[in-house]
Amino acid sequence: MSADLVIIGAGPAGMAAARVAAEGGLSVTLLDEQERAGGQIYRNVGAVAGRGWLGADYARGGALVQGLDHPGITHQPRATVWRIDARRGVIWLRDGQSHVSPAAHVLIATGAQERPVPFPGWTLPGLMPAGAAQILMKQSGMVPDEAILAGAGPLLYLVAAQMIAAGAPPVALVETPTAITHALPKLPRALFGLPTLIKGLGLIARIRAAGIPWYRGAADFRAETTEDGRIRFDFTTGKQSHSLTCGLLLTHLGVIPQSHLTRSMGLAHEYDAEQGAWRPTLDPWGQSSEPHVFVAGDGGGIGGAEAARAKGALAALAILHQAGKLDAAGRDRRAAPLRRALSRALSLRPFLDAAYSVPSAFLAPPDETIVCRCEEVTAGSIRKAACTGAEGLRLMRTSLRTGMGPCQGRMCETTVIGLIAEATDRPASTLGPGRIRTPVKPVTLAEIAALGPQPEETT
Amino acid sequence: MNAASRFRDAPGAAPRSLRLMLDGVPVLARPGESVAAALLAHSGGATRQTPVTGAGRAPYCMMGVCFDCLVTIDGHPNVQACMVSAREGMVIQRQIGARRLGDQP
Repeated sequence: MSADLVIIGAGPAGMAAARVAAEGGLSVTLLDEQERAGGQIYRNVGAVAGRGWLGADYARGGALVQGLDHPGITHQPRATVWRIDARRGVIWLRDGQSHVSPAAHVLIATGAQERPVPFPGWTLPGLMPAGAAQILMKQSGMVPDEAILAGAGPLLYLVAAQMIAAGAPPVALVETPTAITHALPKLPRALFGLPTLIKGLGLIARIRAAGIPWYRGAADFRAETTEDGRIRFDFTTGKQSHSLTCGLLLTHLGVIPQSHLTRSMGLAHEYDAEQGAWRPTLDPWGQSSEPHVFVAGDGGGIGGAEAARAKGALAALAILHQAGKLDAAGRDRRAAPLRRALSRALSLRPFLDAAYSVPSAFLAPPDETIVCRCEEVTAGSIRKAACTGAEGLRLMRTSLRTGMGPCQGRMCETTVIGLIAEATDRPASTLGPGRIRTPVKPVTLAEIAALGPQPEETT
Repeated sequence: MNAASRFRDAPGAAPRSLRLMLDGVPVLARPGESVAAALLAHSGGATRQTPVTGAGRAPYCMMGVCFDCLVTIDGHPNVQACMVSAREGMVIQRQIGARRLGDQP
């Protein structure tokens, strides 16, 4: 199953790259965890007809999925990558069987995950990220019933508008403090993204028109289960306390790059202070610190679907050049319109990052909050450990097991770093990123053993 | 135990034509949806109890990141229900607390 290029992730970046690379003459293997291509943003788009309530932007993903219909592209669905080996290639798992895809070039397009939103009660049944509810809308035709949307960021407005269009409007929108005024200096550049800005304002207008109660400047989140299994959501706005009841509490504070795979390869990473997250260090083509490994899309820094599509195509052009299929002049000529599209797509980002920054209470939540969902470690015990010598991620891991459960720190690392930063008065940028080791997704010993002996490998 | 689902069907959603078994109780699923989605449509309650404190959890991230939707499917333990498509006749078991040595998977 050898290919010139192995792409991991069939979202907008991976799909765009696959098409460009295949048209340029490379054989492409596209590995993706889902049954159907699309990624999270275009989840299930190829299979859904008659769901106009999801909106026109969602439907746009259909063309990318159709672009995979090319003889040079082999799409491997339900493929979970658990290691990228410098010598052997990409190692992945499906139905209990591991496979190795050797490749001269690798493109990692694993996208984003939602930023964890920890507060007392966030582990209860009845609480989910807003993006998770959106996946259920796209893939299952399920809409949240009597839900509250809480947090901040454009996705909250989109989900609210989709719920209204589907006839299941949210009970309330509870927004954490936004810094629109603080973000205003970034607005001139944002005007290049005017259509997106107008779309956002349109969503806000639809929420207003539907008469959804809208709380602003909310803090001190707390959730409990009521006797009849519903969720009681307490919060404050200024000096006022609020208590609302709902069926489902959907939270959101933006997204962060999924960097477990890039980190496990030992690629260079850097801290993005604007977005409050680590990302792999990349050149303008998406090339990482390993020359044959490229990263495109939100996995290399959050930019959204349109930016991901452009970045995927740019990386594919660079890979075609590296493979000797495209000269430098041709690469640069074809890159020019993509760079313009990328610049347009990213023009709104600095404004959004500044306007919807994460309130510190969600980076260092109250003591009783469960921070590590897998090992059930509270913020209080992490604070205590940080004050008594566990001043780094690794020390915290060995003393409290944070990040050692099946999610491998995906749901707690940002918070553990926030708590250590608070306790030791050091900037978060000096405390990570945590070291990630193979396998990046749980595999059984039998699944590893099935690969056969590899005596020369010790790393 | 079987709290009402926290979701309702969108306009024009396909019928739930597949039948799964969850701890001996039938659960209906739509072709193409994940096991986790079917469980959330079936009930708003917990789908497992944690190994550390026994707290109830339900599917959370729906994209393979959080591992809160772990269940046993057709005898295979610790399967992410959000990453597996529902199929007719699937046998699903909730995982209650930590596994003990010698337990059959």
